[in-house]
Parts: sequence; structure tokens; C-alpha cells
Amino acid sequence: MGILNKLDAHIEPFESGNILITSADKLLNWSRLNSMWQMFFGLACCAIEMMATSASHYDLDRFGIIPRPSPRHIDIILISGTVTLKMATRIKRLWEQMPEPKYCISMGSCANCGGPYWEHGYHVLKGVDRIIPVDVYVPGCPPRPEALLEGLIKLQEKIRTQSLAKKVN
Amino acid sequence: MDIKEIQELLKSAFDEGIGEPVTDKPVDPYITVETGKIHAVCLFLRDEERLQFDYLSCLSGVDYDKDNLASVYHLYSFALNHKIVLKVIVPKSNPIVPSVYDIWAAAEWHERESYDLMGIVYENHPDLRRILLPEDWEGHPLRKDFKVPEFYNGMKIPY
Ligand code: SF4
Repeated sequence: MGILNKLDAHIEPFESGNILITSADKLLNWSRLNSMWQMFFGLACCAIEMMATSASHYDLDRFGIIPRPSPRHIDIILISGTVTLKMATRIKRLWEQMPEPKYCISMGSCANCGGPYWEHGYHVLKGVDRIIPVDVYVPGCPPRPEALLEGLIKLQEKIRTQSLAKKVN
Repeated sequence: MDIKEIQELLKSAFDEGIGEPVTDKPVDPYITVETGKIHAVCLFLRDEERLQFDYLSCLSGVDYDKDNLASVYHLYSFALNHKIVLKVIVPKSNPIVPSVYDIWAAAEWHERESYDLMGIVYENHPDLRRILLPEDWEGHPLRKDFKVPEFYNGMKIPY
């Protein structure tokens, strides 16, 4: 029980029994936000920082964020780097292959708005949000691993406030 | 060998079509070669005992001036440790250059890149497709007169 207490204040264990009491939404969200399986989409220099974030020093695994090889297994896609028009077509297809509920983090200036290529990049998409919806933008060129971690935590906050059970639309 | 000696050697082997060496520009010294001669000249440079240019270090396309494109060859000899730059200048209206892929295999992809971005057509190339841009891209974007299109496959390009 101690572990559960630490993980999330939304789940309340009874004082002295093997019983937890919570709502379906809170349980679902608790499990979802602590197992955000991801597919990293490293496209340029930002990918180096993204790799550093998943390596042992910053250790993404401790958030339950583990890489999966197929878009059909994943909850979040992390676009890190320059989205060329040629690659944009692929990103869109991968996004469409992901099962709902799905989230997207745009990492770095390039994925946010075209970055250094905003004016003369005839081959660069000026922001990945032109083809897929983005939940969290992480600014920087490139963002440090701490910034990326903050972006992921922001996404966890977003998931925590959502409702799957009561989903109307 | 320096560029003057190489140029004299070329001159004696080919009657015409070999330009004077240009050494007073802030770039590597170069020799201009006539379009139709480039294949024979390259073969000579590779196979001649005193030259032995066994390595094509770079092949690039250049938007040369208002009416012309250029295909530029940077050659190096590992055996004799000397180098040379050749230029072939072709009009934009008819940018056709003979391919040298059968002399140095490295030319194959370089020529594809030069075709992709500059629109220089390499004659006798075995597989002259775009190498970097998507296959359905229109135009050659490193040309100075290239206009960035408004849309590509429904995606807006300008900022
Ligand atoms: S935002 Fe900067 S670091 Fe990131 S991919 Fe673009 S140019 Fe590279």
C-alpha cells in the first residue's frame, strides 16, 4: 500500500485491509499516465538529446515510458527534430496507425515551427502540428533532457485530468 | 604534378576543348572542359601513368551564372598525391552532361544528387532518379530561380 500512496494521491487504501477505493477514471488514468509507451521519432539533432533522456543518466524508464517498435503498441509519439515534407507523409501514416487514446509531443523548434528552416527551408514542414495534433510543445534548439522530462510530466498532468469512462464525444 | 603540368599533358592528348588553368580565384584552381570531352578526359586522367586520378572526391552541381549551370569534378590521386578540379559549363536551356559513373562508381549517387537539386541531366547514367527529394517533387530547388511552391501534397510549405 505504501507504494500506491507514493505513486498517486488519487487512490486511497483502507487503513488496514487489502482494499482500495477509487473511481474507474482515476484507476485508468493512474495506469495510463504511468505507462506511457512511446515511439521516439528522432529526425535530426534533437534526437541526440532525446536519446540522452532515455539513457541511464536521465532514465526515462522510471516514469514507465518505454520504447516500442510498432505504432500499434504505443500511447505517445515524440517528434524530435526537423520534419521534412518527405518524412511528414510517414509521420501522418504512423499517427493514423496508433490506437486511441494517443498523444503527441513536439520536441524542439523545428518540430514546433520549422526552427532555423522557417524561411528558406523549401523542404521543411513549418511545424508538425500542420499534419497531426500536438499535446505538448517543448521549446529549445535542442531542449535539454530536463526540458523534455518536464514536457512528459506536463503530458502526465493532462492525462490525469482526462476522463475515459465519461467520454462523451 | 601541379595544375599547369596536368593541363599541358591534357592539351597534348586532346587537341581542343581543354581550357586554360584558372589559378587567380579564391577557389581551388580549375580547368574548364568542353561538355563532349569530359568522359574521355576523365578516363585519360584515371588511366594515364603520370596522372592516376583514382579517386573522385566530389562531384557537384552549381548554378553558375544567369544562363549556365556547371558540373564540377574534384579529383584526387592517392597514388601520386595530387589533385585537380574540372568544370563543365552547360546552358540552362539544355543542361546535358555525359555521365562518368563508369569511370568512378562514386559518381553514380553524386550525379543523382546534382540532377535532383540542380536539374543537370547526366547522359548514360544507369538510374537517374531523384535521390533526396520525394519522387513526385516538381522543380530543382537549388536553382536560383526556383520558387517555393505553396503546397506539397496538401501540406502548406511557407511559414
Ligand atoms: S530544433 Fe535545433 S536541435 Fe532540434 S532538430 Fe531543429 S535544429 Fe536540430
